[in-house]
Amino acid sequence: MQGGLERATGEKMVLNFGPQHPATHGTLRIVLELDGESVLKATPHAGYLHTGFEKLGEHLDYNQYIVVTDRMNYLSPLSNNFGYVLAVEQLLGIEVTKRCQYIRILMAELSRLADHLLWLGTAALDLGAFSVFLYSFREREKLYSIFEKTTGARLTTSYTRVGGVLRDLYDGCEADIQQFVSNFPKALKETHTLLTKNRIWMDRTKGVGPIAADAAVSYGLTGPCLRATGIAHDIRKAEPYSSYDEVTFDVPVGTNGDAYDRYLVRMEEMIQSCGIVTQVLDNIPDGPVNLEDNKITMPDKSDAYGHIEGLIHHFKVVMDGHGVQPPKGDHYCATESPNGELGFYIVSDGSGTAYRIRIRPPSFLHFQALPHMLEGGMVSDTVAVLGSLNVIAGELDR
Amino acid sequence: MSEEKEVEEQSKPLVLEKLEANHADALLAQDESRGTVVVVVRKEQAYAVLEYLKTDPELAYTFLVDVTAVDNSQMESELMQFDYARFMVVYQLYSYHGQCRLRVKVPVHENDLSIPSVTPLWRGANWLERETYDMFGINFEGHPDLRRILMPDDFEGHPLRKDYPLRGRGERERFNFEKQNV
Repeated sequence: MQGGLERATGEKMVLNFGPQHPATHGTLRIVLELDGESVLKATPHAGYLHTGFEKLGEHLDYNQYIVVTDRMNYLSPLSNNFGYVLAVEQLLGIEVTKRCQYIRILMAELSRLADHLLWLGTAALDLGAFSVFLYSFREREKLYSIFEKTTGARLTTSYTRVGGVLRDLYDGCEADIQQFVSNFPKALKETHTLLTKNRIWMDRTKGVGPIAADAAVSYGLTGPCLRATGIAHDIRKAEPYSSYDEVTFDVPVGTNGDAYDRYLVRMEEMIQSCGIVTQVLDNIPDGPVNLEDNKITMPDKSDAYGHIEGLIHHFKVVMDGHGVQPPKGDHYCATESPNGELGFYIVSDGSGTAYRIRIRPPSFLHFQALPHMLEGGMVSDTVAVLGSLNVIAGELDR
Repeated sequence: MSEEKEVEEQSKPLVLEKLEANHADALLAQDESRGTVVVVVRKEQAYAVLEYLKTDPELAYTFLVDVTAVDNSQMESELMQFDYARFMVVYQLYSYHGQCRLRVKVPVHENDLSIPSVTPLWRGANWLERETYDMFGINFEGHPDLRRILMPDDFEGHPLRKDYPLRGRGERERFNFEKQNV
């Protein structure tokens, strides 16, 4: 049918794709029913990495749960940390300091860059473009050095706290980030020259895995996958949280909703994120990073070790039944994570532990829409489409 | 939730006005919590209300963000409020048209765990409802493929129910260390 190939007649073949296939990037599994090389039916299976994050949330207190959020979308843990504490803070009815909001935007945008870079490298690698992988990992490594210096960890960052962040930016952090963002557009241009007008790349991604705008909305797609269909929706613009209304940026959109448009949207988003980072660095205010509310934020370590009041406050925040206790009620808070809408729905019974935490992961709905994009296409396009969606098993299965 | 101030009544959100006009008998409670309108809807009319919310051109809640449930069995106040319905199925909706969110909650009693599936309205509801079935045992009637999704197919029980322990179930029968060591 497609590509001038004649459809083989009669016999169907069932192909098990994953969960250990190298191009699935994690434990994803798709059962493909093939007729010759065309896909008749695709059935995605989820759950191989199910870890019970939602159940854990009912047994850990609000600050302890931050370490669990690291492990959801493990390509951009800072965005998850951010989304989660924002939900708790909105439930508490508090707003963090201006400097803290700016630091959080800064880290969220840098992690968006890191996420998109890894996506770019692996998506290109799956289609045989090995150099792109090396180029994007070279840039990503610079970001991870910044993360490591800021948070103390490369992957399990656990940077945010309810009411603040772990610690202020280190000395010279602004200079490091400034140096990165001033070099980055040039580095991204190298990738553009490698891929954007590349005959092979265009043949493998243009018109592959398309989804129309109304189908994308019906399937609940969000983030770059939704914007590639032409809907200019970005939660940072529609419901600005945490000072996102004070920075200017464009929301790139595509037209066809295919793998190529998803690629272009993500590429442009990286440039926009760079712009946001520059604006944040220019305007970041001085002042305290943490809220000065001893019932919510932990005191400084020097306080906790040096003064009896600090020690008492430290104990109070940590002890069960004395720390962060949002009022009774429920709240849904959505943030624009690199993959799309990451939502936390928290039900509080007034105690120090959430009564119920529901995570609304973008990948779960993206993976569900996969058959819609695959069926009728070629089996070799499976890898291209899966790569373009950037499904992360950690947040898919939670 | 039932305490409505008179000041707020003047600037009532459009969605509440329209729901009161068209589906007044379906509404059990309404509230505005932290900028989001919350409505609690009778199970029998839940599908009709959700369909109305999606198709009404002025409201156009075309994006089903999330479907989940809450087991209220250890939350006495919530239980009392809705006639001791153990589960609350929660739909999060978003309207691209009005750029606003809406939370629709539907109480479900333990002795009748079925609720109409919204898969005919939103294709994305398929997996979300499967997960809710997997975790809470809510039966979505009319769902095309109601199987477990995150837990294995032969798994017993529904892990996010409050009476399901964090650890221990099924483990001890298989590993009886005490007996072996004696």
